[in-house]
Amino acid sequence: MKLRLLKLLMLALGIAACGFSVASAQDEIIEAVAEAVSAPDAMPGPPADEDYLALVETHGVTFDFFTISNLWTLIAAGLVFLMHLGFATLESGMAQAKNTVNVLFKNVFIICMGILTYLVWGFNAMYPGFDGSGFFAVGSPVTMADYGGTDFSYGGTGLCMTGWADFIFQAMFAATAATIVSGAVAERIKLSSFMIFSTLLVMFAYPMAGSWKWGAGWLDGMGFYDFAGSSIVHAFGGFAALACVLLLGPRKGKYLDNGKIKPILGHSMPLATIGVFLLFLGWFGFNGGSVLSADPELVSFVFVTTAVAAAAGGLASIFVSWIAIKKPDLTMALNGILAGLVGITAGADSVTLLGSVIIGFIAGIIVVFAILFFDKVKIDDPVGAISVHGICGIWGTLAVAIFQQEGSGFSFVTQLIGTLSYSAFAFIFSIIIFGIIKVTMGVRVSEDEEAEGLDVGEHGQEAYPYFQPDTK
Amino acid sequence: MKLVKAIIKPFKLEEVKEALSEIGIEGMTVTEVKGFGRQKGHTEIYRGSEYTVDFLPKVMVDIAVPSDIAEKTVETIAKAAKTGKIGDGKIFVIPIEEAVRIRTDEKGEGSL
Repeated sequence: MKLRLLKLLMLALGIAACGFSVASAQDEIIEAVAEAVSAPDAMPGPPADEDYLALVETHGVTFDFFTISNLWTLIAAGLVFLMHLGFATLESGMAQAKNTVNVLFKNVFIICMGILTYLVWGFNAMYPGFDGSGFFAVGSPVTMADYGGTDFSYGGTGLCMTGWADFIFQAMFAATAATIVSGAVAERIKLSSFMIFSTLLVMFAYPMAGSWKWGAGWLDGMGFYDFAGSSIVHAFGGFAALACVLLLGPRKGKYLDNGKIKPILGHSMPLATIGVFLLFLGWFGFNGGSVLSADPELVSFVFVTTAVAAAAGGLASIFVSWIAIKKPDLTMALNGILAGLVGITAGADSVTLLGSVIIGFIAGIIVVFAILFFDKVKIDDPVGAISVHGICGIWGTLAVAIFQQEGSGFSFVTQLIGTLSYSAFAFIFSIIIFGIIKVTMGVRVSEDEEAEGLDVGEHGQEAYPYFQPDTK
Repeated sequence: MKLVKAIIKPFKLEEVKEALSEIGIEGMTVTEVKGFGRQKGHTEIYRGSEYTVDFLPKVMVDIAVPSDIAEKTVETIAKAAKTGKIGDGKIFVIPIEEAVRIRTDEKGEGSL
């Protein structure tokens, strides 16, 4: 009785939140920035400090806006870096205790590999300076040339930072795509095979696909829009994960012969929850930093859309899981928050405020049914990465056209072409490369090793050496 | 000498221990165990899939006592561990052939 009352109350709250109509908050930002930058009398008077005056002398009155923008981008890069800790904790919490070292190890490897491959190949392959037609560019190492300069010479007010800040911010993004795969294939993938696959994915496939939009390639020329990567990062990672899971097969013992599912429990709900809160925090950098300047209005707006979409996603999946599976499932609520975040990523700067609530809410509904669906068709994804990143990534990209602010001019068809291109490319690339690895060196650990745990099997280590886990 | 072996609900352990101390029992061995009886298990749910937990956690208390106070011990445990609901546990009484206090080599009831 009590529970039913509570459910009703929450539903009413949700409806009230959806009905709230708020005027769109963001217009003419570019002009505002340009005004603030170009009008010297709008700047606060510099203190009488000789060093400061010398800096202004060298860099002009634009110095303050540039410095703040650059600093914001670097802080955002730090926040995106923190997301890797979020993935590491979420994935290990959702895995069994006997595979914890292996899950953490993959996350450690990915961030190290991701940054370095982006340095030597990815960054220049992703931002080659196409003119609206490009499909593929050859990468090259980042060099010391043209990356400094504390004026607007690197990217104007639209990309208001040094080249170094641009590089490190984008490098943090790159590794994310492979991290998404890591969760879905956890608990049975062979470590060496994963390392080879994820390196090829992050080094070659991700920058190539990214260049289609962010490197001013062919999708950019079509008018496709993906603000911070619902398609470019998340759907890409999600569909790469789907391909790998199909080739890999489910964890042993999950899908029984009689058609029933025997759930394999994650070993630490506290770790999983910490992970999602870290990802939520990091997402302020992921989306907020994608403004690519410290434009006060736009960065603030993006923070708001990001947070409300996450909140709506979390609430939606709480309701839906409670109704559909009869219990308020914590892991579903966590997935719902992430679904909302993935959903808002494509349009965090360009949808209406009400739109951002609805995008998150629908993402939270989609993700629960997607997870149940994939389980039904025996596609085993321990953390729900395919549903969260793949399915909700597509939803978020389409939602840009549905909930756009007046006059944005985004086309649904173009958004559809764009997001399907990313999903299909990631899927096909992964089927081919992971397929080749499967045939040549194998992708799965032995049955004995899977039963014994990958921690001892792959690493000869235990995550919790003085505890006896229940389900060894 | 008798060995009183009580399998009880874990959260009842403190009460049982207190009650046994009050009647002068000075030692016991406690083990965390799992099992099922008439209570059977219960179902839990994880990400939409139900599963049954067959083995429920219990605590097993072993107490070696002189034969004359075995009955009193059993009564005390039963009283302290009772909730009246299914799953309260069981008590077994087993004869002990011999007992030795290792430190002093004492044998028999004096060693308890």
